[in-house]
Order: sequence, then structure tokens, then C-alpha cells
Amino acid sequence: MSPKKRIAMHDHAAEASLFKRRALFTFLCVFILISLLLSNLYQLQVVSYQDYETRSNDNRIRVVPVAPSRGLIYDRHGQLLAENQPFYTLELIPEKAQDITASLDKLNEYIELSADEREAITERLRYHRRFKPLTIKSRLTEEQVATFSVNQHQFPGFRVEAGLKRHYPYEGLMTHVLGYVGKINTRDKTSLEKSGQWKNYAATNDIGKQGIEKFYESLLLGKPGHLEEEVNNRGRVIRTLKATPPTPGQDIYLTLDLKLQQKAMELLNGRRGSVVAIDPQDGGVLAMVSSPSYDPNLFVHGISSKAYSALLNDKSRPLINRATQGQYSPASTIKPHVALLGLEEKTITEKTRIWDPGFWQIPNVERKYRDWKRWGHGWVDVYSSIMDSCDTFFYDLAYKVGVDKMAEFMSKFGFGEPTGIDIYEEANGIMPSKDWKRMRYNQPWYIGDTISVGIGQGYWTSTPLQLTNAATILANRGQRFTPHLLKSFKDETAKIDSPIDEREPITLNDENNWEIINEAMRRTADKSRFTDASYTAAMKTGTAQVFSVAQDAKYDSETVAEHLKDNALIIAYAPYENPKIVLAVVLENAGWGGVNAGPVARALLDEYMLRDEWLVAE
Amino acid sequence: MNTSHHPHKKNIWQKLHIDLPLLLGLLALMVFGLFVIYSASGEDAAMMERQLVRLSLSLCVMFVFAQINPEILRRWALPIYIAGIILLLGVHFFGTINKGAQRWLNLGFMEFQPSELIKLAFPITMAWYISKFPLPPKKRYLAGGLVILLIPTLLIAKQPDLGTSILVAASGVFVLFLSGMSWVIVGSCVAAVLALLPILWFFLMHDYQRTRVMTLFDPERDPLGAGYHIIQSKIAIGSGGLWGKGWLQGSQSQLEFLPERHTDFIFAVIGEEFGLIGSLILLALYMYIIGRGLVIASRAQTSFARLLAGSITLTFFVYIFVNIGMVSGLLPVVGVPLPLVSYGGTSMMTLMIGFGILMSIHTHRRFIDR
Repeated sequence: MSPKKRIAMHDHAAEASLFKRRALFTFLCVFILISLLLSNLYQLQVVSYQDYETRSNDNRIRVVPVAPSRGLIYDRHGQLLAENQPFYTLELIPEKAQDITASLDKLNEYIELSADEREAITERLRYHRRFKPLTIKSRLTEEQVATFSVNQHQFPGFRVEAGLKRHYPYEGLMTHVLGYVGKINTRDKTSLEKSGQWKNYAATNDIGKQGIEKFYESLLLGKPGHLEEEVNNRGRVIRTLKATPPTPGQDIYLTLDLKLQQKAMELLNGRRGSVVAIDPQDGGVLAMVSSPSYDPNLFVHGISSKAYSALLNDKSRPLINRATQGQYSPASTIKPHVALLGLEEKTITEKTRIWDPGFWQIPNVERKYRDWKRWGHGWVDVYSSIMDSCDTFFYDLAYKVGVDKMAEFMSKFGFGEPTGIDIYEEANGIMPSKDWKRMRYNQPWYIGDTISVGIGQGYWTSTPLQLTNAATILANRGQRFTPHLLKSFKDETAKIDSPIDEREPITLNDENNWEIINEAMRRTADKSRFTDASYTAAMKTGTAQVFSVAQDAKYDSETVAEHLKDNALIIAYAPYENPKIVLAVVLENAGWGGVNAGPVARALLDEYMLRDEWLVAE
Repeated sequence: MNTSHHPHKKNIWQKLHIDLPLLLGLLALMVFGLFVIYSASGEDAAMMERQLVRLSLSLCVMFVFAQINPEILRRWALPIYIAGIILLLGVHFFGTINKGAQRWLNLGFMEFQPSELIKLAFPITMAWYISKFPLPPKKRYLAGGLVILLIPTLLIAKQPDLGTSILVAASGVFVLFLSGMSWVIVGSCVAAVLALLPILWFFLMHDYQRTRVMTLFDPERDPLGAGYHIIQSKIAIGSGGLWGKGWLQGSQSQLEFLPERHTDFIFAVIGEEFGLIGSLILLALYMYIIGRGLVIASRAQTSFARLLAGSITLTFFVYIFVNIGMVSGLLPVVGVPLPLVSYGGTSMMTLMIGFGILMSIHTHRRFIDR
């Protein structure tokens, strides 16, 4: 550093001015670069402002759908048939938990977890997203909820979530009518997406799977609400910005009469069979029982595959709705209808009498068609042939009228086609004709086929609902209603009656023919089951030879003896003058209709007709 | 040079070796920074208090350094530089690893970052070295300067601490440039750097550094990973608009979508809550401080003082440009704080020592016209 070593001398003035030039230049550069920053900021904050503002809001605002509560289901008198019950689920958010294994061990002290459950949890944890809740145990009891809540501080990341689940307090009493709700599956989802309904299920897990729950899904569901929440980067809710409450589903009232339904179920007492009762004034179904039944609550929480296959393989087939899907030979219960056709066609008159030797033969044919009474009924007319259920009279009548006339006439009474009741599980039944047989079996129609059809056997099958509907039309002298289960529904403000679907009535050439047939049925009731009844009634029994329980039933050698027994049937209504209730009872393999189905019908009509409300009203 | 009418009469600030215009600029910046930190920390008063303590402490240190005659710094330049290099080597062999980088020396009672010492010592050394020769410097002296520059830069880059190595290299380059190296050399250096970029990219940069650069060009490529910082930062700034969402009202900042919001990314909070207008005011304040720094440099009486003051001032600008450039998506993410606003002590102390030196240079002039 000594000056001697310096080779050149400093020119201080020149160095100072050189520095000033350079400093000025750098300041210019600084200015340009700062302008560059500013122009970028202008681009972000002014030009693209809208875009970034939207993204900022997307960041902080989360829209959470809120499930509407499902509409309740009542019977016609306001008895609750389907309700929503709170249920509690223990959930775990893995990322918030500390030591999951230790926590689960400790949890066992308060809420017991089986080895299987533990294993299932571990398995699911492996593929679970860490910030999403995982169900540890569902359907906690209130006691478990209470114990857990007290000790919750020991379980970081665990929480109890409350929700509402459908509950059917009467369990199996009307499973086939109400149906049930179950978890939405992929098939449900696809069809909801296709119909544009999917958005209404944003917060809903369950959907009606059968019966009323399925048919009136759109009424019962309601509309989801929304919570607009401000959340932070971890999704924690800071505050609620806006809340649109959900619109609850509409409560619906069925035409069912709970007491009648209970009585019918009690009378069937676990036997295979069905009861359908209709209010003839409007077509409302008062009772619809299919026995044996099952508990729909099993399906609400997801039935185990073991329990499900047990139901599926049960020989008494509890899953099908016998009232609308069971297809039975109507047997003698349709003799009044056939007789009515005979009167209409003038094939017979009120006075026509024939001789019954105990069998009937097609003219010039050897084969004998036997009456159920081997020694014959003797002289019979339209009244006594119905009262005594004389087969020969109807063999003869069917032969003379022909099957196609019968098919045409019976279809007016709803045979062979769905009644259009408001549940989806409904079978057609069969009203055979020459064309039908050619289409179905590619075979010609034989005269013998007609003879069987004349007494409600052979190819003719009908559901208990069709049977009741046909009896109702008879009792109503041709007035026709579509049978229905929905009576009214409750809008936000008022209870609205469901419109009644009245169809064009059946008109006869001679309206007096209605009276002849109904009178015959009244006499049938008077003479037998209802002799001592304090109200007037009309009825017709039937005993069907079995060739199949339901059309799709399998032949089973183990139970063949039981299944070969006759089905017992009856149709009945009361009071005779101004019918309030029409019913049909079908008991599978029970034997004689009058003996077995008769008491059921009588007890049900007693239950309904002898109520204080009627007695007071009349 | 002095325009004062009473050359022998010093006012109180001159006696205290304080440059009032510079001090006012710094204080304005600090007060503004405190408000922003209060907001960015989620209204954490304790954090603001800690920052206040640091600011006071660094003002004291600045005051102490303002008293030291630049001549003393010049004499001690080389020993400090050598000590700094030794410490850096120490870090290289014995340093503790923190967040994947080896930057700290454990001194037993505290952790110490030798690169911060180098940040200060290096421009002093460079100014000392280059001012020995008549300016503009000859090529061979420049080559010597380049060696002095490369040793610490590479050592720090190896830690790895790209931000600090850029700041150190820049402070040296500013000395060389301000010393008046010829434009031909400036031009060829720029060309050489551009030519070296591919080598840097393929051989010298770490994977995470490459990712940062890639992210810069397309942050949406990995919105929840590498791109998250930059996307959230741009959303914060952009959604601030012209006037901002208001103090304490920025949803990106308050709801914690913005990472590192009270440290390196604090500018995004300013952009969100105070808008373009707020950013403009901040940048104007910075421009004012830089301008004042360059004025001080120009008025200095020795080449050493001029070069040192100029380098300190321009390094301050590099902080600003790199930080705001990175937060607003112009530059890759490099760990450089927003000077005097970001929460944190180390770099603030270094900067304030720098401003102390500036004030010292300005107030230790001998008032003689040559």
C-alpha cells in the first residue's frame, strides 16, 4: 500500500465523475426494473383482476349442501308409518389423529370393536384419503355417544356425527306397501343423472328402493339447502356466510288403515297369503298385506349379505309382494263376473235353469268335466249356481259364450293388465284368449281351455289386487277407480288431497244385471259366513287347484305335498246397500276357500264395519 | 463539494452521524412493515412486538456503525474477508443442516450464519481492492476482483443458498461496474453469463432449484406442489385489485392460503390488502431510499467510499427486485426477504449495518474542497 509501489496515480476528479455517470446509469436501470415490476403488478391487479378475484373467492368459499329431511309417511288417520330417527356414527379423520392404533385400543374401553371391525378399519385406512372422514362404527347407541363425548379429548381426530335415518316402527307389517330406502348405488346414480335429478341428492345418501318410498321419491325427498362457508387453507370453517335452508320432503298420507292392516296381518298369522281391501268410494287401498313379510329396517342400514341371501332363498318367498305380484288362479271368485257376462250376452237370463248331474260334457265328446260336488247340484239357476258355486253351470256358460268374449269383458274389470296402483311392483296377471295362447305358446286354443277358464282356472291368473279391483267394480255397479295408496300430501302450507283417478264406468245393456249378480253374492254371504253379521255383506269364495304358486315359482320336491294343496280365496264387501269396503283374501295351499279364507274375510269386515265411528254415523 | 454556509458548524444529526433523509425513509418503511406483519401474522401482537424489538435493535446497530469511520473499515477489510471465508469453509465441513441446507455454524450459545457476515464484508473488500488502483481498473485487476468474488459466491451457492450467493455476487459486480470497467468487458461478461446458463442449468443447479424455475413458467403444472406458493401469491396480489381489500381484510392472507406470508411472501399481503396503490407507494419509498443512497455515494470523497456506498445501495435494490419479482411470478422462488418489511432478524441486521455504513460515509466527510 505504500505510495512508492504505485505504478499509476489516481485522478480523483476523473474517478468521481466516472462514478457519477455510472451511478446515474444504474439509477436509470433501477427505475426501469421497478417499472417492470409495476407493469407486472398492473397486469395482475388491474387487467386480470376479475380472474384473480374469482379464484380468491373459490379458495375461501365452500358450498356445503345440506340434506333435506325426508317426508314422513302416515296412514289415513295420521298414524306414523315411516319416520326419521337420529343415528350416530363415530368417524375418524386420519390426518388429525395422532396414533391411530393406540387410539383404537383405548377406544375399545368405551366402545367395543370386534376383531373383524378392527381389521376392516385397518384395511380401509390403507386406501383412505387422509383428510376425509372414515366411519369407525355406525349406529352408536345413545349411551355410547354419551361415554365417547365425555372422553372425546383422549381421541384427537375422532368425532361423532349425527344424521337421520329412516325408521319403520311397524317393521314387517307393511313392508311391501311402504318399501324402504337404501344407500344410493351406481345404478340409482346413473338414472338420476340421466333424469337431471342428481343435483337434489348432493347431501342425501338414501333413496327409495321399493314401494311407496320409491314411487313417491320425488315428493318425499325435498330440496337440499346450502351453506356458504368461509374456510381457511386447511378447510376449517371460519364462518358461515350464507345459509339456504333445505326444503324438507312432503309428508304423505296413505289410504291405508293401520288397524285394518294390523288385523289382516294378525289373521294371516304367518301363513303364506295376501289380503287387499279397497274403499269402493274412491279406490283407496285400505289394507294390503303380503305374508310372510320381513323387516324393512334391515335394508336401511345396509343388510348383510348373509341375511339377504336367507331372505332370497326362503321357500316362502317373503321378498315378493303377493298382493300385487302373486299371480293366482282366481277360481270361483270370478263366477259372478262370468254370470254377468252371460246375462249381458243373453246366453242366460235370470230365469235360466240347467240340470247338474255332477259333470258336464262338450256336446258329442266323451270326456266329463266334473263338478266339485260329485253327485251334482240338481236344478240350478244364476243365483244358486253362484251361491253353491256350481261348476257345471259355468262350464256350460263358458262353452256357449266363448273365450274371446270372456277375455274382452273381463279386461274391463282389469284382469290381465296392471291396475296402475302407485307402486312399481305389479304383475299383469293373465286373461287368456285365443290370440294370447297363439302368441304365448304358439298353440291353437282348445275348447277344453275355455271350460277351465269358465271357472277361473286354466290359464287365467290374477293378483289379489286385481281380484279386489274387479270385485270393487262389481260392487260399484260399473264405476271404476284406479286403486291407489296415496290419499294426500302436505305441502309447506296445506294438506292437499291426491286427485282420484276415476275411469270411464262399465255400462251394461241391462243395468239390472248388476243387481242380479250382487244379489246372488249377498245371498251367498247371508247363507254362510255372514248369517249372523249385524251388517249386510256380499261375498264369493274360491278354491283353486294349484299348478303353480306364482308364475315364476320353482318346482320343489321337498315341499310338493304342501304345495299341492288348494289355494283358498274369497272376495267380499260390505255393507251391501252402500259398500264401504271390498276385500279379497288369498291363502296359499290352505284348502277350501269358504272354510279357510272365509273367517279371515269375516273378521276383517267385522273389524272395519263395527267401529264406533260407523255406528255413530249411521 | 459541501454546500453548507457554515462549514465548521455541524447540526445535531451530523454530530450523531445520522443522515436524516435516509433515516426518515427507513423509519417510514419499518412502520409500514409493522402494520403489514400484524395483519400477516393473523393479528398476532406478540409477533409484532418481537419485530419491533428487532427493529429497535437494528437501529441501534446502525447507529453504532454510523460512528465507525469508513477508513477503519477499509483497513480491516481484508482480515474480515479472510475470516469470513474461513467461517464459510467451517460451515462446509462442520455446519449444521437445517431444512436441507448447510448454512449455520453452531457456536455453542447461538447459531450463526457466516454468509451474512460475508454479505457485509465482501463489498468492503471489493471496494478496498479495486480502489487501490487508478480507475477505471485495468483488466488484470479486474481478474483479481473476479477471484475475490468467486470464492465466497461459490461457497455459499454450495450450501446451497442461491439467494445469498446472488446477493453477494451482485454486490461485487456492482463495485466492479461502478468502478468504471469498460463497456466492452461489461458486454462480454453478460454474453459469457448467458452462455454459461445452460451449464448452470444442467450441471450446477439442484433439482429443487430447477423445479422452482420450471414452476415459474408454468405454475399450474403442479398447483398443489411446487406451484402452490406462486399460484396463491398471484391470486392474493391479483385479487387485491387497484385499491386492495383493506388492512386485515385479505382473505388469502387471513385464511392462510398464502404460505410464508409474514416472511418471504409478505409483499403478496401488501398487494392483496393495499392493492396496486399500496404497492406503488411501497416501491416509491424504496426508490426514495435507493436514490438517497446513490446521492450519498456520489457525494463521497474517496473511491473506496463511493464504491462501497454504491454497492450497498444497489444490493438493497437487488433484494427488492428479486423478492417482488418472485412473489409476483416474474422470477423463480429464491429465499430473499422483502428488505425491512419481512419478519425476521438476520437479514435486517445486515441491511441496517449497511445503512449505518452509508450514514458513516456521508457524515465522516472532511469538508474541504479539493
